[in-house]
Amino acid sequence: MKAGALAVVVILGAVLIFCSHGFPPWGDPASPASRHVSPYYIEKSMRDTSVPNIVTAVLADYRGYDTMFETIVIFTAGIACIFLLRTPQKTKTETRLYRHVPTGITLRIEKGGKFPEDSIDFERIDSEWVPYDLIVKTTCRLIVPFIQLFALYVIAHGHYSPGGGFQGGVILGAATLLLAVAFDLRSAKRRLSEKMAAILGTLGVFIYAGTGIACMILDANFLDYSALAPLLGVDSISARSYGILIVEVGVGMAVMAVMVMLYYNISSAGKQDEGL
Amino acid sequence: MFWQIEFFIFIIVIILAVGAISVKDLLSAAILFGAYSFMMCLLWAIMGAVDVAFTEASVGAGISTVLFVAAVFRTSRRTKD
Amino acid sequence: MNASVSMPIAYANYWVFVILMMIGLYAIIAKKNLAKRVIGLNILQTAVILFFISIGSKQQATIPIIEHVHDISRVAIEARDYINPLPHVLMLTAIVVAVATFGVSMALIIKIYARYGTLEEDEIIELSRDIET
Repeated sequence: MKAGALAVVVILGAVLIFCSHGFPPWGDPASPASRHVSPYYIEKSMRDTSVPNIVTAVLADYRGYDTMFETIVIFTAGIACIFLLRTPQKTKTETRLYRHVPTGITLRIEKGGKFPEDSIDFERIDSEWVPYDLIVKTTCRLIVPFIQLFALYVIAHGHYSPGGGFQGGVILGAATLLLAVAFDLRSAKRRLSEKMAAILGTLGVFIYAGTGIACMILDANFLDYSALAPLLGVDSISARSYGILIVEVGVGMAVMAVMVMLYYNISSAGKQDEGL
Repeated sequence: MFWQIEFFIFIIVIILAVGAISVKDLLSAAILFGAYSFMMCLLWAIMGAVDVAFTEASVGAGISTVLFVAAVFRTSRRTKD
Repeated sequence: MNASVSMPIAYANYWVFVILMMIGLYAIIAKKNLAKRVIGLNILQTAVILFFISIGSKQQATIPIIEHVHDISRVAIEARDYINPLPHVLMLTAIVVAVATFGVSMALIIKIYARYGTLEEDEIIELSRDIET
């Protein structure tokens, strides 16, 4: 099996390398990829939308329909993960582990037993417990606000520098993941519960589609942001710039929610009581 | 940039890709895969695709590696081939 | 940033892309472990993205962010000076789809392990055949 696969791969690779001599040389400005609609995007996007970052302008304005479906794809991935893995949580009949802090004894309370109330002496732990690590926990607690601030900067500054909605959304999700990895899953869930993540994700997709529908209501095409000019009070070119910003915020919210939902489900295999 | 840098990164990328699929430990494969992702991001940044490099850096390091390690944590770590 | 390179590298990009794609394809076909196959799939995806980015580059051209000048309406923006932004846009969507499928495949791997107790393909086929008979 492996020898056959190796033979197939080598032959296919040799054929493809032989065919690659027909490509235009690398970096040729007259290559077919750079000739048809791409010069229009480069030369006219600043005049049409006043957004210097050409990639953001094309992604969110000229090809906004594709980006809307890309957002729906990533949202569907989060929902598929929930459908595959999530099992309902039975709080009454589960087994919990508690640790008595002064002596270091671990208690295991079986189904139906009485859990100790929230007191200083008993802390709830996961099955794999590590001692309290001051450096990791303090550093992560200090650095998470700065990560979130940087993510908001990336979303907002996507017009002028590399960035945009998707990158900022991933970094926002990564901040919550850092909290979940440094502490435990329950403290991250206390700050951003699963229900809130689902609501934020749906709201993000809704903002994107809602902007398009608002443009349609104002008597223009779907996702034609220049129709929002009377609503926002600016001229039609700046209205396209603001329309791009609104949909980038929607994309960022949806992506953050999906990253968090993916991590919650995968790291706890659906039960969401303890994670990595 | 200089073509020597690109050539060097090509070699590293191929070595990392071959390593990621042939180590016997899934956790090492996850880390090598994260390193491969970072090297690809560097390659694209050299070619001028800054948006794509930014996305690959955040997704490859922040999400793919963490999800893979979480999945390995829930399943087994060793593989037979 | 100028993307000017000399001739020795002119076709090496395409060779590296083909080699990486074949490495990924080999991992999908020949490996027995499911997680290794997912890694191979991702290597294939990033190799294709590398190919698209490399066909969009131009000699002596800079990144596709329009440089800041004071009076933008007086300066003519030439398409020759900026690299092609269209493959970048398509590849952003490709990366998003790649990470979405990666997340769902990790969920599937966890479910398969919970059902069969192993991630090796031949053991899974044996176990499913035992369960059937």
